[in-house]
Amino acid sequence: MRHALAALAAWGVIVSASPPKQVDDALILGDTLPPSLSAFHLLSGPYGRTPAKAVMPYMLNTPLFSDYAEKFRFLYVPNGRKIGWRDNGVLDFPVGSVLVKSFGYPADMRRPGKKIRILETRLLIRRESGWIALPYVWNADGSDATLKRAGARIGISWIHTDGLPRTISYAVPNVNQCKGCHDDGAGGVALIGPKAHNLNRDDQLEALVGQGRLDRLPANAPRLPVWNDPRTGSIALRARAYLDVNCAHCHNRNGPANTSGLWLDWGQPWGPNLGIGKRPTAAGRGAGDYDFAIEPGHPERSILTFRMKSLDPGIAMPELGRATVHEEAIALLDQWIATMPVQETR
Amino acid sequence: MKPIPFFLTASLLGLANAAFAGTIRVEPGADAQARLQSALIDASPGDTVEIGAGRFDLTDGLSLDIDRVTVRGAGPDATILSFKGQKGAGEGLLVTSDDVVLRGFAVEDAKGDGIKSKAAHRIVYHDLRVEWTGGPKAGNGAYGVYPVESSDVLIDKVTVKGASDAGIYVGQSKNIIVRNSLAMFNVAGIEIENSYNADVYGNVATRNTGGILVFDLPNLPQKGGHSVRIFKNRSFHNDTPNFAPPGNTVAGVPNGTGVIVMANRNVHVFDNDIADNGSTNIFIVGYRSSFTDTGYNPLPSDVLVSGNRHGRAGFAPGPQFVGGAQMVAAMGAVPPIVWDGTGSNIQVKDKVPALSLGLKDPKDRETASNPAIADLSHGPEIVQPPAVMLPPSMEAAIK
Repeated sequence: MRHALAALAAWGVIVSASPPKQVDDALILGDTLPPSLSAFHLLSGPYGRTPAKAVMPYMLNTPLFSDYAEKFRFLYVPNGRKIGWRDNGVLDFPVGSVLVKSFGYPADMRRPGKKIRILETRLLIRRESGWIALPYVWNADGSDATLKRAGARIGISWIHTDGLPRTISYAVPNVNQCKGCHDDGAGGVALIGPKAHNLNRDDQLEALVGQGRLDRLPANAPRLPVWNDPRTGSIALRARAYLDVNCAHCHNRNGPANTSGLWLDWGQPWGPNLGIGKRPTAAGRGAGDYDFAIEPGHPERSILTFRMKSLDPGIAMPELGRATVHEEAIALLDQWIATMPVQETR
Repeated sequence: MKPIPFFLTASLLGLANAAFAGTIRVEPGADAQARLQSALIDASPGDTVEIGAGRFDLTDGLSLDIDRVTVRGAGPDATILSFKGQKGAGEGLLVTSDDVVLRGFAVEDAKGDGIKSKAAHRIVYHDLRVEWTGGPKAGNGAYGVYPVESSDVLIDKVTVKGASDAGIYVGQSKNIIVRNSLAMFNVAGIEIENSYNADVYGNVATRNTGGILVFDLPNLPQKGGHSVRIFKNRSFHNDTPNFAPPGNTVAGVPNGTGVIVMANRNVHVFDNDIADNGSTNIFIVGYRSSFTDTGYNPLPSDVLVSGNRHGRAGFAPGPQFVGGAQMVAAMGAVPPIVWDGTGSNIQVKDKVPALSLGLKDPKDRETASNPAIADLSHGPEIVQPPAVMLPPSMEAAIK
């Protein structure tokens, strides 16, 4: 939380000094795949750290874990168009919208927001034909980012929150992998993050309405708990928020992992499909020595966190974008499972 | 834009397809990962991605999401995609588009599954090899070839060795042919799971833990597996000790089983050669774990076993085969056909002894069992499902 705010503040400083730039709507709406990020005029400055005037930074209550990367999110809605409110699922972004996400690492995670090395910027562009996902990797001097449709691996090191150095092989997804998570269940690309309840924080939605970018905002809009802030919800609710954001884009009834029968979306009722007493389906050695995705009262025997603790590609979950173990999230989920009422599953 | 008459658009599109259907060649060498993945991304519908002979050392899973693409190598022993250095992704190659043909290459040492295709309709797997080169090990990936949630699946002339779950696995699919393939040193050689209308014929399953499995599991989007024909296969000498992770369904497969039918309806096992399987040759059972899925039927029904040629069986039942050792002590061997006693209309017309465990509930296998030789040769007629017919384009793709 503090990390994210500090990071946002760092952006704010630069934003205030930014020269106005006109976002290239024609390029956004066209049918080309621009090889350089700069062509869009969405971001400018070294490593694109300065968003154009019409490009708005935003944050999520519970973000996707991406190997401890700091993420900087922006949205762009073309002039005169509005985002449509949706009670459930992601908001309805108009054609011509772009969601922008830059990924980077501070030199020392004990000083987030400082000395951040930006690695890549991903765009989700809403064209007439639907969303497309494009990953851009920054060149060495940060002057521009190049489209890498086949993905990339980048070695990255930082000092972790525990003061110890970490080095990983950071994976920039290829366009198929982008779609692998951003799957609309019908052959197209879908948004994951910008759901009303996940955007509902820091008066962001109010600001969008005020700017004329969001068509309406109901009273008492739903709010997703912040997974690591106990003031925002119980352990169970925060665990479910984490699973919804980090797992449910694949693990839902229609998603890429639907055939597993393990569905972890926010609205999924208690039962085997949520993992409770559910035996593995096609998990292979991902099941480890255990019988159930979640065995109430026994986090040490639950496949769910067993797979989150692994870095072996044949075991690890999520399958993409994880070369580190999210210790803090595992602690939360283990706590959730440990406090579930023990039931007869064996 | 000025409207274009429909017939003109149609003919233009036709021309475009013909004119641009091309070949993208990829050779081994430095940066193979990026070059091969780029080819799979840049391909247009109708294109062939041709992978040259040699070894490709890959660092990540590959994926294909374009319809009507053929991925073709120089042969399953010539073009080798090695995933020994794989750092990410749950499989070696993932296909998520329709009308794809995969042929003439090998996938080795994938960290997870070898080749997975999901919701990839009319997919053809032909002349492929998927292998874990260190032999059968618990650390090997789960499935060799793994089509799931697809309609029209053809697996022909595919070899899979070393999968820690099933070598050739087809799950939650419809209209399936698995033929002329070889499964060795896997926990399950060939497995058809939660699927409808499958023909499995002309295959060899040997030195697996279990040869050919027809299973159905609860809590999945597609369940109630039915209409499966297992014929003209050879399932023999399946003797690899079960090396599946304990939580997996196949961890319960007894060492040395020729064919297992679990919780399926209308399954025909005929004209196979089944021999030298230490637990038993044919095992027909219900699903014995607890479940809460009210829409799930854990029992087998309408299973017909006929005209199979049996060799030796039941001489060394695996530890997963409860009561096996006692049966060997009492009868000299476990009979070549064993039914747990659950379900309805189980018929055995093979001229070998069939044993019923006499269970009322498949869950009782561990405790209450009252085995006795049973005459299962009579019952209401079980009509065989028609032969699986695939769209002609799929057969044409491998001519």
